[in-house]
Amino acid sequence: MISLKSILLASCAAVLVSSAAWAADPIRIGVIAEAQAVAGSSIAPAAQLAAEEINAKGGVDGRKIEIVVYDNHSSSAESVRAFQRAVSEDKVNAVIASYISEVVLALEPWAGRLKTLMITPGAASDVITQNIAKNYDQLKYTFHGYLTSTSLAGLVCDAAKDLLVEPYKMKTAVIMSEDAAWTTPLDAGYEKCLPEIGLKVVDHIRMSPDTTDFTPIFNKIEALKPDVMITGISHVGTQPTVQWKSQQVPIPMFGISSQATNSTFWKDTNGAVEGVFYNAVSGPGVAVTPKTLPFVEAYQKKFGNFPSYAGYTSYDDVYMIADAIHRAGGTDPDKMVDAMEATDYVGTIGRIAFKPKSDPNPHALRTGKGYITGLMLQWQSGKQVNVWPKELAAGTTSWPSFIKLKAASN
Amino acid sequence: MLFWQILIDGFAISALYALGATGFTLIFGVSGVLNLSHGAIMVGAAVAAWAAASELGVGPYTGALIGILAGFILAFATYFIAVRPIQRSKVIAESEKEIFILTATLLWGIIIQEAIAYLFTNNAKTVLPIVEGVTTVFGVRTPKNEYFTAAICWVAIGLLWFLVNRTRRGKAVMAASMNPRGVTLLGIELSSIYLTVWAIYGLLAGVAGILLGMFLGVSSYSVGPLTASAFSIVVLGGLGSVSGSLIAAYVVGYLETGTAYLISPAYRTIPALLLLVVVMYLRPQGLFGRR
Repeated sequence: MISLKSILLASCAAVLVSSAAWAADPIRIGVIAEAQAVAGSSIAPAAQLAAEEINAKGGVDGRKIEIVVYDNHSSSAESVRAFQRAVSEDKVNAVIASYISEVVLALEPWAGRLKTLMITPGAASDVITQNIAKNYDQLKYTFHGYLTSTSLAGLVCDAAKDLLVEPYKMKTAVIMSEDAAWTTPLDAGYEKCLPEIGLKVVDHIRMSPDTTDFTPIFNKIEALKPDVMITGISHVGTQPTVQWKSQQVPIPMFGISSQATNSTFWKDTNGAVEGVFYNAVSGPGVAVTPKTLPFVEAYQKKFGNFPSYAGYTSYDDVYMIADAIHRAGGTDPDKMVDAMEATDYVGTIGRIAFKPKSDPNPHALRTGKGYITGLMLQWQSGKQVNVWPKELAAGTTSWPSFIKLKAASN
Repeated sequence: MLFWQILIDGFAISALYALGATGFTLIFGVSGVLNLSHGAIMVGAAVAAWAAASELGVGPYTGALIGILAGFILAFATYFIAVRPIQRSKVIAESEKEIFILTATLLWGIIIQEAIAYLFTNNAKTVLPIVEGVTTVFGVRTPKNEYFTAAICWVAIGLLWFLVNRTRRGKAVMAASMNPRGVTLLGIELSSIYLTVWAIYGLLAGVAGILLGMFLGVSSYSVGPLTASAFSIVVLGGLGSVSGSLIAAYVVGYLETGTAYLISPAYRTIPALLLLVVVMYLRPQGLFGRR
């Protein structure tokens, strides 16, 4: 029989061995995210998963990575308090923060004041990186780990050209977006690129994120008879999707619909999302890089659901920060910034590199061929099917019964 | 065409508002309780109906019944956890009880809201519609479920009217709202009247919650706006006046729908709020207030 004494001795030995293995100070990464929001709830678990994988392989130069999580309840004020606490009390070396642009914009000056590297896994406003261009020395600690709104608009236009304009000869579009920080540059991007691909913008509807009844909006859009609705929605999602279906609005929804990226959206909308297109950086079953599917599998095994888009980026962010610390030879913030600027890393969403100091959007992700191209997925029979770009497509476009389209060749 | 659109959409949304506000005003009229957890109870009922149908696959009818049951349970929980202990407290002065109940129901509502957000995330959920498809009336294509929603709201309000005006128990409730002391002198237990009212309230809030979930969808974020909307309607109609609330619901519903169609959906709620401010100035007791 094992005696209590031997258990105690064994426990002490285990503690000694494990502490010897992590003799050096741990690297602490703060994660400030919104635990209750579908998009935000993947951020901390994905970061945790990356840290565990890195630690299992010996950490960064013998240093263990520790993730310290703060729930910000989607509030900018709570995020600022969390950031201050993370730096001054919990002594974090870097912060991964939020998918909400308003939150990241509130934290950006604090990253500068407290000289702490910060990367956002999901906010999209171009203003985040435009601010860095205006005041580089002060704000260089912020990195944009997700696509800017302008880049997103460009990718949506690229996909619309291949999926709508060429096969169906579509000619007109209405932009429908929510009134938020991230959609101002998005809409400007749409206004510019849609006419370039041959889609005339017949109207531009910006609605409050508090909108609950979309009936008047859809009726107005329908009266304009556009070929397609180009969306920019993230805070809203379920209601416009459900009402689009229940009212049987005969116009396709195509563009950005952040909530639709999540695998639970089918259930949230009782299947009303059938036929909706959405832009994303990754998706179920899409092997964007050799790292994508193993990550999704590991995430699902550990947490029982699929990561949101901010989960993929958050996972990559931990690896990039670890890599930057390794190359910087430690956690000196200025050296970490220099190392991050030199990032060339293949993550789950593609090849990641940041735009240089000289760019109007410094520290934004490089996009386009060779870097991140994005995907266009469509909900089909309860599944998210990638339909663009061709080389990564798992299926072709399909339309709900209330949308009648004729292919140009017919 | 636009006229019919406003008329039909406005009618459906106003019926929903009316049903949502009726329970709220009934509770205030009878027991003087301003229940600030009202929105949370409606959202709780809708989310329960959604979860039952989506997670357990029980179908729209059973899902709706489970939602109504959840509204019922939440209403009773509100009464027994947040209201009754304060009403019966010997420590809290009578004059302060109203503000204590106000605070308690507000906090209880926040607890329900947070619990919903943690258990089901704050993404909006939609309740499986009982009637599918669309129909065209006067050239306006409308989901059949919108007509169904309006019909159920009026059936529920009609039943409430019948209960209050034609049944013995209902008459006792009515009497208690006018003179609580008089009712006790007749030998009727006031606490049993309160239980009846909270039961009716639970059913009304449950039905309103699931219809709202079918029509517009709800999330934990809807809790505050729903309570505020019910509050504005009953203040506009006159606190405690059920018929006042019904009329106010239609005034607000049509004002909002008209604004959304004729001006912009972005300004939808503003004219109704301005009207509320004007009424508060000119007629603080509301349009049909009793005091």
